[in-house]
Amino acid sequence: MNIEEIRKDFPIFENKNIAYLDSGATTQKPNAVIDTVNEYYKNENANIHRGAYSLSMETTMKYEETRAKIAKFINAKFPEEIVFNKNATEGLNLVAYSYGLDNLKQDDEVVISIMEHHSNLVPWQYVTKKTNSKLKYIYMNENYELSKEEIERKITEKTKIVAITHVSNVLGTINDIKSIVKYAHKKGAVVVVDASQSIPHMKIDVQDLNADFLVFSGHKMLAPLGIGILYGKRELLNKMNPFLMGGDMIEYVYEDKTTYAPLPNKFEAGTQNVEGVIGLGAAIDYIEKIGYDNIKKIEDEVVEYALDKLTKLNYLEMYVTPNKENHSSVISFNIKGVHPHDLASILDTFGVCVRSGNHCAQPLLRSMGLDSTCRASFYFYNTKADVDKLIQGLDKAYSMFKKYIK
Amino acid sequence: MDDLNEVYNELIMEHSMNSPYKKKLDKSDFCELGHNPNCGDEISIEVQLDGNIIKDMAFSGHGCAISQASTSVMIETLRGKTIEEAREIIQTFIDMIKREIVDEKELERLEDAIAFKNISNMPARVKCALLAWHTMEEILNKNGK
Repeated sequence: MNIEEIRKDFPIFENKNIAYLDSGATTQKPNAVIDTVNEYYKNENANIHRGAYSLSMETTMKYEETRAKIAKFINAKFPEEIVFNKNATEGLNLVAYSYGLDNLKQDDEVVISIMEHHSNLVPWQYVTKKTNSKLKYIYMNENYELSKEEIERKITEKTKIVAITHVSNVLGTINDIKSIVKYAHKKGAVVVVDASQSIPHMKIDVQDLNADFLVFSGHKMLAPLGIGILYGKRELLNKMNPFLMGGDMIEYVYEDKTTYAPLPNKFEAGTQNVEGVIGLGAAIDYIEKIGYDNIKKIEDEVVEYALDKLTKLNYLEMYVTPNKENHSSVISFNIKGVHPHDLASILDTFGVCVRSGNHCAQPLLRSMGLDSTCRASFYFYNTKADVDKLIQGLDKAYSMFKKYIK
Repeated sequence: MDDLNEVYNELIMEHSMNSPYKKKLDKSDFCELGHNPNCGDEISIEVQLDGNIIKDMAFSGHGCAISQASTSVMIETLRGKTIEEAREIIQTFIDMIKREIVDEKELERLEDAIAFKNISNMPARVKCALLAWHTMEEILNKNGK
């Protein structure tokens, strides 16, 4: 697979001269997705599940076909195990409210890791407080990894829910979800997996992982903004109460009571983001066309090149596991004495787009003794030239600041 | 790249990395914490008054070069001024950053703080430059002076 050919699929790289290293925040979009969404509004737009006319019927079919496509993509058993929502944040809130609030009791425990994004942390803080249950953290070792011992120390018979990220959005650490799920199930807990940072880069098989719930956002995997996926095992979703209520999630509504629609509609209240669903379908087709093997090959080469170059900068501090097989496509770093916000501004003048700040992971950064970092996150459209630009910008920043650094 | 050196100029770099005002006052009348949750910057400003005059000021906390330097330069500018003068200077600074001032003459009262003029070309950094000034404005408003 030729990287130059791939880059031609992404119009933004024709239009802007940038080294886009912020795919962990959101990815750029290929023509395949942009054109599909464009086509949808030109030829297919109608509200789904409502019209008796053919335009609405056809769009409804496409919407449901995409659900089946996503089920197949992550190897879910049934299409109705796929729930559309706004993003991973909404998916996690759905599980926290509809499963957590109704099932947690006093003295039960919820276990999360210190490397969670706020979206997989704040909801659990809220529901554990509401239910008088406890929130416990799995901490990292010196390699920015979750050790087996620490995992097994925190997950106990009291644990009812384990909510954990597959890949850290700050460190790029890949967690061994399969083993965590196995151990948690042995202790009788259900496991919620945040796959937002993993599914863009690696094949997800929910049956192989045996996750009870798994969430991700479309926009981090080439799809439009505002579309997210919650996967949940059918028997669990069936037992849960709805999260949002209103149109389309009902069967019969009386003045004093309502019966709910079966899955998946029970969890899809109100007019849905059909554009987003159809765009996500196109993104999945595109990812499958490139292939995860190729994605990994291209990314590994560029990320390895970046790690190699960055390691040589003696003024740089990096927060990356030394175990390459446990590291994805995210690199956080700091120049000692230079604030990440200044660094990001300087890199911006080189056309290098990186994120700076706490990356919605304040407890993680605090545990590392940091306020913020700069983060470069890669995708398969990035090149070694992007890395060279980053290095050039870093050198400039260091040369500007070094005489003032104490 | 020219923009970069205009923003990160000698004065701003010196104040951000080696500020004489980054310390604790022995005694202060007011202390206020300003923070910017988006980037995690936190600045605590202390003010000591002598009647109507700002006798001394100091700050502590952490943040980017722009917010640190802006705090330090603000303190240098406001020390020894009356509260009324301070209010005017703060307003002028905010207007300058928001590009609401066309009359260059008005900017003279800012003294060294005029060095932040080019921040208005970097919208992502406007908040950093304004943090201390808004915090000081808050101190003066809260205390009814």
